[in-house]
Amino acid sequence: MSADLELGLYVFVLATFLGFQLIRRVSPLLHTPLMSLTNAISAIAVVGSILVAGEQKTELSTVLGTLAVACSMINIVGGYLITYRMLRMFRKSGKGGS
Amino acid sequence: MIDRAIPLLYLAAAVSFILALMWLSAVATARRGVLVGVAGMALAVCGTLLRPEIVNYRWIAAAFVAGTVIGVPMAMMPMTAVPQRTALSHAFGALAAALVGTAEYYLRAPGIDRFTMGALSIEVLLGFLTFTASLMAFGKLQEVLPTRPITYRNQNVLNLSLFGLAAGAGAYLVVRPDTAWLFPLFIAMALLFGVLLILPIGGADMPTVISLLNSYAGLSAAAMGFVLNNKLLIIAGALDGSSGFILSVIMCRAMNRSFTNVLFGAFGQVQAGAASEPERRTARSATPEEAVDILRAASRVIVVPGYGMAVAQAQHKVRELYDALTKAGVDVKFAIHPVAGRMPGHMNVLLAEADIPYDKLMEMDDVNSEFSQTDVALVIGANDVTNPAARHDRGSPIYGMPILDVDKARTVMVVKRSMSPGFAGIDNELYYMDRTLMVFGDAKAVVGGIVKELAGAAG
Repeated sequence: MSADLELGLYVFVLATFLGFQLIRRVSPLLHTPLMSLTNAISAIAVVGSILVAGEQKTELSTVLGTLAVACSMINIVGGYLITYRMLRMFRKSGKGGS
Repeated sequence: MIDRAIPLLYLAAAVSFILALMWLSAVATARRGVLVGVAGMALAVCGTLLRPEIVNYRWIAAAFVAGTVIGVPMAMMPMTAVPQRTALSHAFGALAAALVGTAEYYLRAPGIDRFTMGALSIEVLLGFLTFTASLMAFGKLQEVLPTRPITYRNQNVLNLSLFGLAAGAGAYLVVRPDTAWLFPLFIAMALLFGVLLILPIGGADMPTVISLLNSYAGLSAAAMGFVLNNKLLIIAGALDGSSGFILSVIMCRAMNRSFTNVLFGAFGQVQAGAASEPERRTARSATPEEAVDILRAASRVIVVPGYGMAVAQAQHKVRELYDALTKAGVDVKFAIHPVAGRMPGHMNVLLAEADIPYDKLMEMDDVNSEFSQTDVALVIGANDVTNPAARHDRGSPIYGMPILDVDKARTVMVVKRSMSPGFAGIDNELYYMDRTLMVFGDAKAVVGGIVKELAGAAG
């Protein structure tokens, strides 16, 4: 096993455990915003998309990369915005609406 | 110099994402969580744009603009449409990962090492199957496609064989990456499997399926991290993958079902045999006026909202009812079943949108002990999650499913369009209890009528 693979697997397993611990503490009240936030975070695929689109190695890779950047950007912009919008709606009783 | 700092930017982005999820655990800190998440993404994007490999920014800029133009309206959809919006965004996320994987294959194909090709196969397989599966889920939620399960003979055998073939093709490509003709076929099988996977799944199982697709989209991003040897992608993908996985486990538990049962059980088919009743039982129906008399005499009311409330867009009328009753000194709470609606937490955002305070929204385990001291349990558009048969009838398909104990309230009031059964396709014995009153009609119209009557009597 190469050192990169070994390190990558360690990172993956530890991040998964951390994810389990973090997500378990999220109140069911916020499960919909949780899903839209994690959706925005998984748009981190934008990193790979930008590389493929910007390296311009072949025509095909540039086209596929550009499409991937656009898809990721939809989720970054849409995901964070709607999560914020949802969270602004949650208010406690006794306080006026926003 | 600058490219030495880029790994540090990525590290900072990974920490931001972890903080974002940590702060999302409570309403008080959740908004801060979103902001730190945005900051993390900004760091990751800037760090990537600074990399020396990037030679041309024109296409990237155009894609940024296009993504923003589509992303902003997708964030402005009404809360009733959030499940289909979420399904659509899973499709975009998975497609991005799959396209990058495809591009990487054609860039590196013959000389690619086995490990990288293995990760790439997983990325492409998960990416493309999640893409079409999410589009199918979107179609079902938007009701462009029939929401009932679509089944055919030997469905599970066919689907599993197709998946086996796709996985086999992926594995073969790992051993022989130069088999270029197989790669498009591999993609086609993944796309087809995504479609076939969702065909037999009914509307009521969507909360589990959406969570599972969330997980897959994250895992394909993590696989991309292995391909590119980028730890930030691995961390963010793993966080998303575990989040989706936990949510789908919670949804399965709330329905007392297993993953296999959700994915291959075709739950919610109309069972022809079960539909014919041996004896016709009678339910008591009431007018909105009679409902008002009972509500006015009550001091504690628990409202049980379900998907029917969302379909009828009745949440704002429900808020008016909440206001009117609260003003009259009635204690009003809301009981939320984990699978109420079409995605995890759907009811909560709908009611929050209608400006109902979130401290009045109670989880199943906290609220169930309160039904016995409640005067009126008002069920609006919920069905299977209130069926007492789940507690005692071993023959019932929903036996063992945790339910809201509405039948323990002094009076049960059910606002429902008709006597038709819910998604599980079974009759609800709650409707035939002596203490139950059925108020038939569209949820929005009925609740509106009750509110009007309450206000008229008060004035």
